[in-house]
Formats: sequence, structure tokens, C-alpha cells
Amino acid sequence: MSLLEVHDLHKSFGKTEVLKGIDFSLDEGKVLSVIGSSGSGKTTLLRCITQLESAERGHITVDGETVFDADETAKLTKEEKRRRQLNFGLVFQSFNLFPQYNVLQNVTLAMELQAKERPDFKEKKTELLKAINDEALRLIDSVGLSEKLSNYPCELSGGQQQRVAIARALAMKPRILCFDEPTSALDPELTNEVLAVIKSLTKLNITMIIVTHEMRFAKEVSDRVIFMDGGVICAQGSPDEIFGGSDNARLNEFLGSFQK
Amino acid sequence: MSFWDVNLTILQGLVTTAELFFLTLLFAIPLGLIICMGSMSKISPIRWVVKTIVWIVRGSPLMLQILIVFYGPGLLFGLPLLPRFTAALITFVINYACYFSEIFRGGIQSIPNGQYEAGQMLGMTRSQVFFKVILLQLVKRVVPPMGNELITLVKDTALVRVIAVYEVIWMGESFIKKGMIWPLFYTAVFYLAFNGILTLLLGKIEKKLSYFD
Repeated sequence: MSLLEVHDLHKSFGKTEVLKGIDFSLDEGKVLSVIGSSGSGKTTLLRCITQLESAERGHITVDGETVFDADETAKLTKEEKRRRQLNFGLVFQSFNLFPQYNVLQNVTLAMELQAKERPDFKEKKTELLKAINDEALRLIDSVGLSEKLSNYPCELSGGQQQRVAIARALAMKPRILCFDEPTSALDPELTNEVLAVIKSLTKLNITMIIVTHEMRFAKEVSDRVIFMDGGVICAQGSPDEIFGGSDNARLNEFLGSFQK
Repeated sequence: MSFWDVNLTILQGLVTTAELFFLTLLFAIPLGLIICMGSMSKISPIRWVVKTIVWIVRGSPLMLQILIVFYGPGLLFGLPLLPRFTAALITFVINYACYFSEIFRGGIQSIPNGQYEAGQMLGMTRSQVFFKVILLQLVKRVVPPMGNELITLVKDTALVRVIAVYEVIWMGESFIKKGMIWPLFYTAVFYLAFNGILTLLLGKIEKKLSYFD
């Protein structure tokens, strides 16, 4: 069984049907890229998977366990919804770092809040906080920002902010890490440093879904690629199958627009 | 009647003015937050009731509201009069809470949705997101418009003289009976000093919060 299975996902905003039945699966440790033109439903798909949006129909499992079922969302407790959502980490297009916290605090905040909910927090406070701090330092080091620990987001470049956001998302140990156009808000010269960090994660066998407009990057890092068009998966396959010339007219038209 | 006596008398009024100012702040800020939640409620009847109240309170003169709160219960229901200061305080709290609520609403709506979503994706509860992520950003955004309101509040306290609460202007005016007109105008110095200190304090808070954006 695959780590992630998405079945028959439908989502509308008002009368606009954005997702018209999405099915796919993703194996543990694999990287899936989702490509497609603006308005094709890529971001909505990611937001439905991470449950920032609630799909009207469909079913999602992680490791065989249901994490989303359109028929039962209304019945879920907030606590249960939160627990299920923690299967996913999300790196946003606009970073969304917490501006009032420095780099280290951005990474430790959620871990600390989670630790405080443990029944044994009071007894083990010092060791727990120490462990959180060490873990944060390790993560920040892995995105190459050890020198910026006490800097605030407004003092960082976009690329650095996005790298902090990646470390912050990893801190919660998500089963699947999602990226929503992680480099679209960046100047071209800053995209590479972020892509390099994402690429380094593939070596750690982290399962990832990446919505992106960076075709070269998608070709390089992905194990699978999904091409979305008009709210459906128009083509999917290995990077070679998708980028190596297919007979799908819509896909060729889309990829052709990147060659210019 | 020496200069010293005039100062002493007006200072007594200033104590009342300051009490009204600080107590109004103390109660109007939490009430403003509650009204703000109401005006953003997903339940439309609550939203419309709250918005109507805010419209009435902001849309009618504060002086009239003071008179209504003080005389209204007696005239309408034969109830005993509230103590003057209490009536004034109740009016100010309600009136300013309505203004504050709109400032808070503007502040909350100006915070990007991504901040809530980022918190949510990191497993925070709604209240953790509000208190740990949103609140300080909100404070930063509302300090400048709140500063405006606070300065207006200091001067609005002068209105409570219509129900004979002995605030600064009342005290200054009381010298007219003794043939002295200048103390009334001299009261301006006290307002300016009060607002001067307030402006400095607000500036300090703004500076303190300027490390992030």
C-alpha cells in the first residue's frame, strides 16, 4: 500500500468546480511534482490534501489510516482534525514566517507548544526544551542558516525566509511535506538556494509533494509528475514520461510555453 | 485666590478626568474585543445586532448618550439615578468600546490569512494561534489608531460636565463666579500635559514593536 492515497477528490468554490475528481497515490520516500497552468487546481489540490480547505467529496489515507473523509468531516472534533492535519507539513508560497519571532523561535515555537501538552512536561521541562532547541539548531543548520539564529524574518532575504519555513515545517516531523510554489515569490537568483535545500531533502527520503512552475527542477528531483489541467489529472508518470515527449496535446502545449 | 489655589483646584478635576480615562480604557478594551468578535461573527443575526449597536453608538453624540444613561432609567422606568461618575463611566466604556471594536476589526482583518494557516499547519490550536502568533502583530497594528482614540478620549472627558461631574473644565469654570475667567482657558495646559505624556508613551510602545514588520 502507498503511504498517501487520494481518492476521488472534488472541490468547488461557489459554482466553480476546481477539482473534478482527483485520484493518485504516493509511495513513502518518493517525490511527487504537480505541474500545470495557473487555475488548473494545483494549489487547491494541495490545500485539500493538507486540509486547509475541505473537499466536498473524496477520501485521503496516510499509511492506511483515513486522514480525510468528506462524509465525516463535520463530525470530527477539533482535536482529531488537528491530529490528522499533523501528518502534513506545508511550505507556503509567501513563507508566512511569524514576524515577531527570530529564526530559532520560528522553528521552536510549535514544538514547544506541543511539548507543553505532554503530561510529563513539568517534570522533564529542562530536558524537553533542550531537546527541542538542539533539534531546531540541527534543522536550521541543515538549511544553512546557523548564522541567522537570532535574526528576525524582516532581516532575511526571501530565499532565507523560505529556508527557515522549510526547517519550521520539518520540525513537526510530518509524514508528507508539501510545497506550494515555494519559489514563485522569489527573485530568480534566490530560487536556486531554496531548490537546493529541497533537493537535499530528497536524500533523506522525505516524502514530498511539490507544486511548482520550475520544470527543470521538477524533472530533476521528482519520482513522479502529475500534470493538472482544468481540475483533473491530465497526465501522470515518471519525469521521463512527462518531460520526455508524450502524445498528450495539452501537456505538450503547456510544456512548450516554457521553452520560449 | 492665588495661582497656586487655581492649580490645586484644577488638579482635583484632573484626578476625576484621569480616573474616567483609565477606567474607560480598562473596561472598553476587553468590551471592544468582544464587540469586535460579534461584528465578525459567522452567525448573521449576531453580526447585525452588533453592527446596529455600533452604528447607533458611533452615530449619535456622546453628550446625548451621557444624558440618556444618566436621566434615561429614571425618566423611563422611575429608577433611582445612578451616581454621576458611574453613569459617565458606563457611557464612555460603551461608546469607546464601539470605536475600539472597529479598530480591532481592521487590525485583525489586516493580518494575512497565511499567519493563521501557518499556525494551523504546525498543529497549533485556534487559541494558541491567536495568543502566540496573532496578538502581538495585532497590537503593533492597532497602536497608531488607538493613540488617536486615546487622545480624543482625554478631551472627550470634558463632556461629562453636562451631568455635573467635576472634571477639569468644570473646576476651571468654577472660578468665573469669583470673577476670574482665565482659569477656564488655563485648563488647556492640563490637557496638553496629559496628552503630551500619552504621546510619549505611545511613541515608546511603537518603538518597542518596531523590531518586526
